[in-house]
Amino acid sequence: MIALLIRDLRLAMRAGGGFGLGLAFFLIVVVLVPFGVGPRTALLSSIAPGILWLGALLACLLSLDRILALDWEDGSLDLLATSPLPMEGIVSVKALAHWITTGLPLVLAAPVLGVLLNLPPEGFKPLIVSLFLGTPALSVIGTFGAALTVGLKRGGLLLSLLVLPLYVPSLIFGAEVARRGAEGLEYTTPLLMLAGITCGTIALLPFASAAVLRINLR
Amino acid sequence: MELNVTNLTVNRGVLRVLAGVSFTLATGEAVVLRGPNGVGKTTLLRTVAGLQPPVEGRIEAAPDSFAYAGHADGLKATLSVAENLKFWAQTFGTKDISAALDAFELTPLAERPAGMLSAGQKRRLGLARLLVTGRPVWILDEPTVSLDKEAVAMFATAIRAHLKDGGSTLIATHIDLGLDEARILDVGQFRAKPLETGDFDEAFL
Repeated sequence: MIALLIRDLRLAMRAGGGFGLGLAFFLIVVVLVPFGVGPRTALLSSIAPGILWLGALLACLLSLDRILALDWEDGSLDLLATSPLPMEGIVSVKALAHWITTGLPLVLAAPVLGVLLNLPPEGFKPLIVSLFLGTPALSVIGTFGAALTVGLKRGGLLLSLLVLPLYVPSLIFGAEVARRGAEGLEYTTPLLMLAGITCGTIALLPFASAAVLRINLR
Repeated sequence: MELNVTNLTVNRGVLRVLAGVSFTLATGEAVVLRGPNGVGKTTLLRTVAGLQPPVEGRIEAAPDSFAYAGHADGLKATLSVAENLKFWAQTFGTKDISAALDAFELTPLAERPAGMLSAGQKRRLGLARLLVTGRPVWILDEPTVSLDKEAVAMFATAIRAHLKDGGSTLIATHIDLGLDEARILDVGQFRAKPLETGDFDEAFL
Protein backbone atom coordinates (compact mmCIF):
# COMPACT_ATOMS: atom_id res chain seq x y z
CA MET A 1 0.00 0.00 0.00
CA ILE A 2 2.88 2.34 0.75
CA ALA A 3 4.32 1.40 -2.64
CA LEU A 4 1.04 2.46 -4.25
CA LEU A 5 1.05 5.76 -2.36
CA ILE A 6 4.64 6.47 -3.38
CA ARG A 7 3.86 5.57 -7.00
CA ASP A 8 0.83 7.87 -7.10
CA LEU A 9 2.74 10.76 -5.55
CA ARG A 10 5.63 10.22 -7.96
CA LEU A 11 3.25 10.13 -10.92
CA ALA A 12 1.63 13.37 -9.75
CA MET A 13 5.00 15.11 -9.53
CA ARG A 14 6.21 13.97 -12.96
CA ALA A 15 5.32 15.79 -16.17
CA GLY A 16 1.62 15.67 -17.00
CA GLY A 17 0.78 14.39 -13.55
CA GLY A 18 -1.53 17.25 -12.76
CA PHE A 19 0.16 18.32 -9.54
CA GLY A 20 -0.47 22.02 -8.99
CA LEU A 21 -3.46 22.08 -11.32
CA GLY A 22 -5.91 22.48 -8.45
CA LEU A 23 -3.59 24.93 -6.74
CA ALA A 24 -3.32 27.11 -9.85
CA PHE A 25 -7.09 27.05 -10.28
CA PHE A 26 -7.61 28.05 -6.64
CA LEU A 27 -5.12 30.89 -7.04
CA ILE A 28 -6.82 32.21 -10.18
CA VAL A 29 -10.34 32.03 -8.72
CA VAL A 30 -9.33 33.88 -5.58
CA VAL A 31 -7.33 36.49 -7.48
CA LEU A 32 -10.24 37.14 -9.87
CA VAL A 33 -12.88 37.60 -7.16
CA PRO A 34 -11.70 41.08 -6.08
CA PHE A 35 -11.85 42.20 -9.72
CA GLY A 36 -15.41 40.96 -9.99
CA VAL A 37 -16.60 42.34 -6.68
CA GLY A 38 -14.81 45.68 -6.92
CA PRO A 39 -12.55 47.47 -4.48
CA ARG A 40 -14.82 47.32 -1.45
CA THR A 41 -12.68 45.90 1.31
CA ALA A 42 -15.51 45.56 3.82
CA LEU A 43 -17.58 43.47 1.41
CA LEU A 44 -14.53 41.41 0.42
CA SER A 45 -13.59 40.59 3.97
CA SER A 46 -17.14 39.49 4.74
CA ILE A 47 -17.31 37.12 1.76
CA ALA A 48 -13.68 35.95 2.03
CA PRO A 49 -14.30 32.76 4.09
CA GLY A 50 -17.04 31.58 1.73
CA ILE A 51 -15.01 32.35 -1.40
CA LEU A 52 -11.94 30.58 -0.06
CA TRP A 53 -13.91 27.49 0.84
CA LEU A 54 -15.78 27.44 -2.46
CA GLY A 55 -12.54 27.95 -4.39
CA ALA A 56 -10.88 25.08 -2.54
CA LEU A 57 -13.87 22.83 -3.20
CA LEU A 58 -13.93 23.56 -6.92
CA ALA A 59 -10.16 23.13 -7.16
CA CYS A 60 -10.57 19.71 -5.55
CA LEU A 61 -13.31 18.79 -7.99
CA LEU A 62 -11.09 19.62 -10.95
CA SER A 63 -8.74 16.69 -10.47
CA LEU A 64 -11.18 14.05 -9.26
CA ASP A 65 -11.61 12.19 -12.53
CA ARG A 66 -7.86 11.54 -12.64
CA ILE A 67 -7.94 9.52 -9.41
CA LEU A 68 -9.03 6.26 -11.01
CA ALA A 69 -9.61 6.96 -14.72
CA LEU A 70 -5.92 6.92 -15.64
CA ASP A 71 -5.36 3.59 -13.91
CA TRP A 72 -8.46 2.21 -15.56
CA GLU A 73 -7.35 3.27 -19.04
CA ASP A 74 -3.92 1.65 -18.91
CA GLY A 75 -5.16 -1.53 -17.25
CA SER A 76 -3.42 -0.96 -13.91
CA LEU A 77 -6.73 -1.11 -12.09
CA ASP A 78 -7.41 -4.68 -13.30
CA LEU A 79 -3.94 -5.68 -12.20
CA LEU A 80 -4.31 -3.93 -8.85
CA ALA A 81 -7.63 -5.68 -8.35
CA THR A 82 -5.93 -9.06 -8.79
CA SER A 83 -3.02 -8.07 -6.54
CA PRO A 84 -2.84 -8.88 -2.82
CA LEU A 85 -4.01 -5.37 -1.91
CA PRO A 86 -7.62 -5.21 -0.70
CA MET A 87 -9.82 -3.01 -2.86
CA GLU A 88 -10.76 -0.91 0.18
CA GLY A 89 -7.07 -0.27 0.75
CA ILE A 90 -6.54 0.71 -2.88
CA VAL A 91 -9.31 3.32 -2.85
CA SER A 92 -8.18 4.66 0.55
CA VAL A 93 -4.62 5.08 -0.68
CA LYS A 94 -5.89 6.72 -3.86
CA ALA A 95 -7.91 9.20 -1.79
CA LEU A 96 -4.92 9.88 0.47
CA ALA A 97 -2.67 10.50 -2.55
CA HIS A 98 -5.29 12.88 -3.96
CA TRP A 99 -5.47 14.76 -0.69
CA ILE A 100 -1.68 15.08 -0.42
CA THR A 101 -1.35 16.37 -3.99
CA THR A 102 -4.47 18.56 -4.05
CA GLY A 103 -6.01 19.16 -0.62
CA LEU A 104 -2.85 19.79 1.37
CA PRO A 105 -1.42 22.43 -1.04
CA LEU A 106 -4.80 24.22 -0.89
CA VAL A 107 -4.69 24.28 2.90
CA LEU A 108 -1.19 25.73 2.80
CA ALA A 109 -2.02 28.31 0.12
CA ALA A 110 -5.28 29.48 1.71
CA PRO A 111 -3.75 31.88 4.28
CA VAL A 112 -1.68 33.60 1.58
CA LEU A 113 -4.75 34.03 -0.59
CA GLY A 114 -6.76 35.15 2.45
CA VAL A 115 -4.62 38.29 2.46
CA LEU A 116 -5.79 39.08 -1.08
CA LEU A 117 -9.40 38.91 0.07
CA ASN A 118 -8.78 41.08 3.11
CA LEU A 119 -9.59 38.26 5.54
CA PRO A 120 -9.54 39.64 9.10
CA PRO A 121 -6.44 38.52 11.08
CA GLU A 122 -8.43 36.49 13.60
CA GLY A 123 -9.96 34.52 10.72
CA PHE A 124 -6.76 32.81 9.55
CA LYS A 125 -6.52 30.12 12.20
CA PRO A 126 -10.12 28.89 11.85
CA LEU A 127 -9.80 28.99 8.05
CA ILE A 128 -6.70 26.76 8.05
CA VAL A 129 -8.12 24.42 10.69
CA SER A 130 -11.43 24.09 8.86
CA LEU A 131 -9.76 23.41 5.50
CA PHE A 132 -7.37 20.95 7.11
CA LEU A 133 -10.25 19.03 8.66
CA GLY A 134 -12.63 19.41 5.74
CA THR A 135 -10.57 18.71 2.60
CA PRO A 136 -9.90 15.01 3.39
CA ALA A 137 -13.67 14.45 3.16
CA LEU A 138 -13.62 16.09 -0.29
CA SER A 139 -10.96 13.64 -1.49
CA VAL A 140 -12.70 10.59 -0.02
CA ILE A 141 -16.12 11.56 -1.43
CA GLY A 142 -14.44 12.39 -4.73
CA THR A 143 -12.83 8.95 -4.87
CA PHE A 144 -16.27 7.44 -4.40
CA GLY A 145 -17.56 9.51 -7.33
CA ALA A 146 -14.53 8.53 -9.41
CA ALA A 147 -15.18 4.85 -8.65
CA LEU A 148 -18.80 5.25 -9.76
CA THR A 149 -17.88 6.84 -13.09
CA VAL A 150 -14.63 4.99 -13.79
CA GLY A 151 -15.77 3.05 -16.86
CA LEU A 152 -17.44 5.99 -18.57
CA LYS A 153 -15.92 7.98 -21.38
CA ARG A 154 -16.06 11.70 -20.56
CA GLY A 155 -17.47 10.89 -17.15
CA GLY A 156 -16.24 14.20 -15.72
CA LEU A 157 -19.56 16.03 -15.90
CA LEU A 158 -21.49 13.15 -14.37
CA LEU A 159 -18.85 12.92 -11.68
CA SER A 160 -19.32 16.61 -10.80
CA LEU A 161 -23.10 16.21 -10.67
CA LEU A 162 -22.80 13.18 -8.40
CA VAL A 163 -20.18 14.60 -6.11
CA LEU A 164 -21.24 18.24 -5.65
CA PRO A 165 -24.39 17.49 -3.61
CA LEU A 166 -22.31 15.25 -1.36
CA TYR A 167 -19.89 18.15 -0.80
CA VAL A 168 -22.64 20.42 0.55
CA PRO A 169 -22.41 19.43 4.26
CA SER A 170 -18.63 19.89 4.31
CA LEU A 171 -19.00 23.26 2.57
CA ILE A 172 -21.70 24.49 4.96
CA PHE A 173 -19.86 23.61 8.14
CA GLY A 174 -16.40 24.45 6.80
CA ALA A 175 -17.41 27.91 5.59
CA GLU A 176 -19.34 28.41 8.83
CA VAL A 177 -16.20 27.75 10.88
CA ALA A 178 -14.21 30.19 8.74
CA ARG A 179 -16.96 32.85 8.83
CA ARG A 180 -17.51 32.64 12.58
CA GLY A 181 -13.77 32.73 13.13
CA ALA A 182 -13.41 35.81 10.93
CA GLU A 183 -16.15 37.57 12.90
CA GLY A 184 -14.52 36.62 16.19
CA LEU A 185 -17.31 34.28 17.28
CA GLU A 186 -17.18 30.87 18.91
CA TYR A 187 -16.76 28.17 16.23
CA THR A 188 -16.39 24.90 18.13
CA THR A 189 -19.80 23.46 17.17
CA PRO A 190 -19.47 23.70 13.36
CA LEU A 191 -15.85 22.56 13.68
CA LEU A 192 -16.94 19.41 15.49
CA MET A 193 -19.64 18.81 12.88
CA LEU A 194 -17.07 19.23 10.12
CA ALA A 195 -14.66 16.83 11.81
CA GLY A 196 -17.50 14.37 12.30
CA ILE A 197 -18.41 14.45 8.61
CA THR A 198 -14.79 13.89 7.63
CA CYS A 199 -14.34 10.99 10.07
CA GLY A 200 -17.61 9.44 8.92
CA THR A 201 -16.70 9.58 5.24
CA ILE A 202 -13.21 8.19 5.88
CA ALA A 203 -14.67 5.33 7.91
CA LEU A 204 -17.54 4.37 5.59
CA LEU A 205 -17.00 5.50 2.02
CA PRO A 206 -13.95 3.35 1.14
CA PHE A 207 -16.19 0.29 1.48
CA ALA A 208 -18.77 1.80 -0.86
CA SER A 209 -16.05 2.88 -3.32
CA ALA A 210 -14.52 -0.60 -3.32
CA ALA A 211 -17.92 -2.20 -3.92
CA VAL A 212 -18.79 -0.01 -6.92
CA LEU A 213 -15.29 -0.40 -8.30
CA ARG A 214 -15.61 -4.19 -8.22
CA ILE A 215 -18.86 -3.90 -10.15
CA ASN A 216 -17.36 -1.45 -12.64
CA LEU A 217 -14.41 -3.76 -13.35
CA ARG A 218 -16.62 -6.64 -14.46
CA MET B 1 -3.78 -29.61 -8.76
CA GLU B 2 -3.58 -25.84 -9.07
CA LEU B 3 -6.93 -24.97 -10.56
CA ASN B 4 -10.19 -26.86 -10.96
CA VAL B 5 -13.04 -25.32 -12.93
CA THR B 6 -16.37 -27.15 -12.78
CA ASN B 7 -19.42 -26.50 -14.89
CA LEU B 8 -18.72 -22.77 -15.18
CA THR B 9 -21.14 -20.38 -16.87
CA VAL B 10 -19.98 -16.87 -17.67
CA ASN B 11 -21.77 -13.77 -18.93
CA ARG B 12 -20.43 -10.78 -20.77
CA GLY B 13 -22.82 -8.04 -19.62
CA VAL B 14 -26.25 -9.60 -20.05
CA LEU B 15 -25.08 -11.93 -22.79
CA ARG B 16 -24.38 -15.53 -21.84
CA VAL B 17 -21.24 -16.55 -23.71
CA LEU B 18 -19.98 -19.82 -22.25
CA ALA B 19 -21.74 -22.56 -20.31
CA GLY B 20 -20.63 -25.82 -18.76
CA VAL B 21 -16.92 -25.05 -18.90
CA SER B 22 -14.97 -27.70 -16.99
CA PHE B 23 -11.25 -28.24 -16.98
CA THR B 24 -8.36 -28.75 -14.61
CA LEU B 25 -4.96 -27.19 -14.65
CA ALA B 26 -2.33 -29.31 -12.93
CA THR B 27 0.96 -28.18 -11.46
CA GLY B 28 3.54 -27.71 -14.18
CA GLU B 29 0.93 -27.70 -16.91
CA ALA B 30 0.14 -25.16 -19.61
CA VAL B 31 -3.34 -24.95 -21.12
CA VAL B 32 -3.89 -22.93 -24.28
CA LEU B 33 -7.42 -21.66 -24.91
CA ARG B 34 -8.44 -21.58 -28.54
CA GLY B 35 -11.59 -20.35 -30.16
CA PRO B 36 -12.85 -17.77 -32.64
CA ASN B 37 -12.98 -14.05 -31.76
CA GLY B 38 -15.80 -13.14 -29.43
CA VAL B 39 -16.37 -16.68 -28.17
CA GLY B 40 -15.62 -15.61 -24.61
CA LYS B 41 -11.96 -16.38 -23.96
CA THR B 42 -11.31 -13.02 -22.28
CA THR B 43 -14.51 -13.28 -20.24
CA LEU B 44 -13.53 -16.76 -19.10
CA LEU B 45 -10.05 -15.62 -18.09
CA ARG B 46 -11.38 -12.57 -16.23
CA THR B 47 -13.82 -14.80 -14.37
CA VAL B 48 -11.13 -17.28 -13.40
CA ALA B 49 -8.89 -14.39 -12.29
CA GLY B 50 -11.68 -13.18 -10.01
CA LEU B 51 -12.42 -9.89 -11.78
CA GLN B 52 -16.02 -10.90 -12.32
CA PRO B 53 -18.20 -13.46 -10.54
CA PRO B 54 -19.31 -16.62 -12.36
CA VAL B 55 -23.01 -17.05 -13.09
CA GLU B 56 -22.85 -20.73 -12.21
CA GLY B 57 -20.22 -23.27 -11.40
CA ARG B 58 -17.15 -23.40 -9.23
CA ILE B 59 -13.56 -22.26 -9.49
CA GLU B 60 -11.32 -24.04 -6.99
CA ALA B 61 -7.80 -22.83 -6.42
CA ALA B 62 -5.52 -21.89 -3.59
CA PRO B 63 -6.16 -18.30 -2.49
CA ASP B 64 -3.92 -15.61 -4.01
CA SER B 65 -2.49 -17.96 -6.60
CA PHE B 66 -3.30 -16.01 -9.77
CA ALA B 67 -1.30 -13.45 -11.71
CA TYR B 68 -3.45 -11.93 -14.43
CA ALA B 69 -2.20 -10.16 -17.56
CA GLY B 70 -4.85 -8.71 -19.83
CA HIS B 71 -4.84 -6.74 -23.05
CA ALA B 72 -3.41 -3.65 -21.36
CA ASP B 73 -0.03 -3.77 -19.68
CA GLY B 74 -0.76 -1.41 -16.79
CA LEU B 75 2.37 0.64 -17.35
CA LYS B 76 2.86 4.25 -16.33
CA ALA B 77 4.41 6.25 -19.16
CA THR B 78 6.29 8.67 -16.91
CA LEU B 79 7.84 6.01 -14.68
CA SER B 80 10.97 4.21 -15.83
CA VAL B 81 11.01 0.51 -16.69
CA ALA B 82 12.67 -0.33 -13.38
CA GLU B 83 10.25 1.88 -11.40
CA ASN B 84 7.23 0.25 -13.03
CA LEU B 85 8.52 -3.21 -12.27
CA LYS B 86 9.64 -2.32 -8.75
CA PHE B 87 6.17 -1.02 -7.96
CA TRP B 88 4.56 -4.32 -8.93
CA ALA B 89 7.23 -6.27 -7.06
CA GLN B 90 6.49 -4.29 -3.89
CA THR B 91 2.75 -4.66 -4.38
CA PHE B 92 3.08 -8.43 -4.58
CA GLY B 93 5.57 -8.50 -1.72
CA THR B 94 8.66 -9.56 -3.64
CA LYS B 95 11.98 -7.75 -3.93
CA ASP B 96 14.18 -8.77 -6.81
CA ILE B 97 13.43 -7.38 -10.27
CA SER B 98 16.77 -8.12 -11.96
CA ALA B 99 15.81 -11.69 -12.95
CA ALA B 100 12.62 -10.42 -14.59
CA LEU B 101 14.54 -7.68 -16.42
CA ASP B 102 17.07 -10.24 -17.68
CA ALA B 103 14.45 -12.76 -18.80
CA PHE B 104 12.91 -10.26 -21.21
CA GLU B 105 16.17 -8.44 -22.07
CA LEU B 106 15.02 -5.19 -20.50
CA THR B 107 18.16 -4.50 -18.48
CA PRO B 108 19.59 -1.99 -21.03
CA LEU B 109 16.24 -0.19 -20.99
CA ALA B 110 15.84 -0.15 -17.21
CA GLU B 111 16.20 3.61 -16.81
CA ARG B 112 14.10 4.55 -19.81
CA PRO B 113 10.59 5.97 -19.21
CA ALA B 114 7.98 3.38 -20.17
CA GLY B 115 6.34 5.94 -22.45
CA MET B 116 9.44 5.89 -24.68
CA LEU B 117 9.28 2.14 -25.32
CA SER B 118 8.01 0.57 -28.51
CA ALA B 119 4.81 -1.50 -28.42
CA GLY B 120 6.74 -4.77 -28.30
CA GLN B 121 9.05 -3.52 -25.55
CA LYS B 122 6.04 -2.40 -23.52
CA ARG B 123 4.55 -5.85 -23.92
CA ARG B 124 7.81 -7.43 -22.74
CA LEU B 125 7.72 -5.21 -19.66
CA GLY B 126 4.10 -6.22 -19.08
CA LEU B 127 5.12 -9.88 -19.22
CA ALA B 128 8.16 -9.31 -17.01
CA ARG B 129 5.67 -8.17 -14.37
CA LEU B 130 4.45 -11.78 -14.14
CA LEU B 131 7.88 -12.90 -12.96
CA VAL B 132 7.92 -10.45 -10.05
CA THR B 133 4.45 -11.42 -8.81
CA GLY B 134 5.69 -14.75 -7.48
CA ARG B 135 2.25 -16.23 -8.13
CA PRO B 136 2.01 -19.87 -9.29
CA VAL B 137 -0.84 -19.64 -11.82
CA TRP B 138 -0.44 -17.20 -14.72
CA ILE B 139 -3.61 -16.21 -16.53
CA LEU B 140 -2.63 -14.63 -19.82
CA ASP B 141 -4.87 -13.00 -22.37
CA GLU B 142 -3.23 -12.70 -25.81
CA PRO B 143 0.24 -12.29 -24.30
CA THR B 144 2.11 -12.23 -27.61
CA VAL B 145 0.39 -9.24 -29.22
CA SER B 146 3.01 -6.99 -30.88
CA LEU B 147 5.89 -9.29 -29.94
CA ASP B 148 8.43 -10.20 -32.61
CA LYS B 149 9.76 -13.73 -33.16
CA GLU B 150 12.69 -13.40 -30.73
CA ALA B 151 10.45 -11.96 -28.04
CA VAL B 152 7.95 -14.80 -28.48
CA ALA B 153 10.83 -17.24 -27.98
CA MET B 154 11.86 -15.28 -24.87
CA PHE B 155 8.32 -15.55 -23.62
CA ALA B 156 8.19 -19.31 -24.30
CA THR B 157 11.46 -19.73 -22.38
CA ALA B 158 10.03 -17.78 -19.45
CA ILE B 159 6.91 -19.96 -19.46
CA ARG B 160 8.99 -23.17 -19.55
CA ALA B 161 11.05 -21.98 -16.61
CA HIS B 162 7.86 -21.11 -14.75
CA LEU B 163 6.33 -24.55 -15.42
CA LYS B 164 9.55 -26.22 -14.30
CA ASP B 165 9.41 -24.28 -11.02
CA GLY B 166 6.03 -25.86 -10.31
CA GLY B 167 3.92 -23.09 -11.77
CA SER B 168 1.19 -23.43 -14.34
CA THR B 169 -0.43 -21.20 -16.89
CA LEU B 170 -3.68 -20.65 -18.71
CA ILE B 171 -3.17 -18.79 -21.99
CA ALA B 172 -5.57 -17.47 -24.60
CA THR B 173 -3.66 -17.10 -27.84
CA HIS B 174 -3.96 -17.66 -31.56
CA ILE B 175 -0.33 -18.09 -32.47
CA ASP B 176 1.92 -21.07 -31.97
CA LEU B 177 4.13 -20.41 -28.96
CA GLY B 178 6.37 -23.39 -29.64
CA LEU B 179 5.22 -24.95 -26.39
CA ASP B 180 4.80 -28.58 -27.44
CA GLU B 181 3.83 -29.70 -23.96
CA ALA B 182 0.87 -27.30 -23.83
CA ARG B 183 -2.61 -28.80 -23.81
CA ILE B 184 -5.11 -27.18 -26.20
CA LEU B 185 -8.59 -26.47 -24.95
CA ASP B 186 -11.11 -25.46 -27.58
CA VAL B 187 -13.47 -22.97 -25.92
CA GLY B 188 -15.84 -23.14 -28.89
CA GLN B 189 -17.31 -26.41 -27.60
CA PHE B 190 -18.67 -24.64 -24.52
CA ARG B 191 -20.40 -21.89 -26.47
CA ALA B 192 -23.72 -21.08 -24.81
CA LYS B 193 -27.00 -20.67 -26.62
CA PRO B 194 -27.46 -16.92 -27.05
CA LEU B 195 -29.70 -16.49 -24.06
CA GLU B 196 -30.53 -13.04 -22.76
CA THR B 197 -30.89 -13.17 -19.02
CA GLY B 198 -34.48 -12.30 -18.20
CA ASP B 199 -34.03 -9.67 -15.57
CA PHE B 200 -33.24 -6.27 -17.07
CA ASP B 201 -31.87 -4.97 -13.76
CA GLU B 202 -29.12 -7.59 -13.73
CA ALA B 203 -27.20 -5.55 -16.25
CA PHE B 204 -26.74 -2.93 -13.57
CA LEU B 205 -25.94 -5.19 -10.65
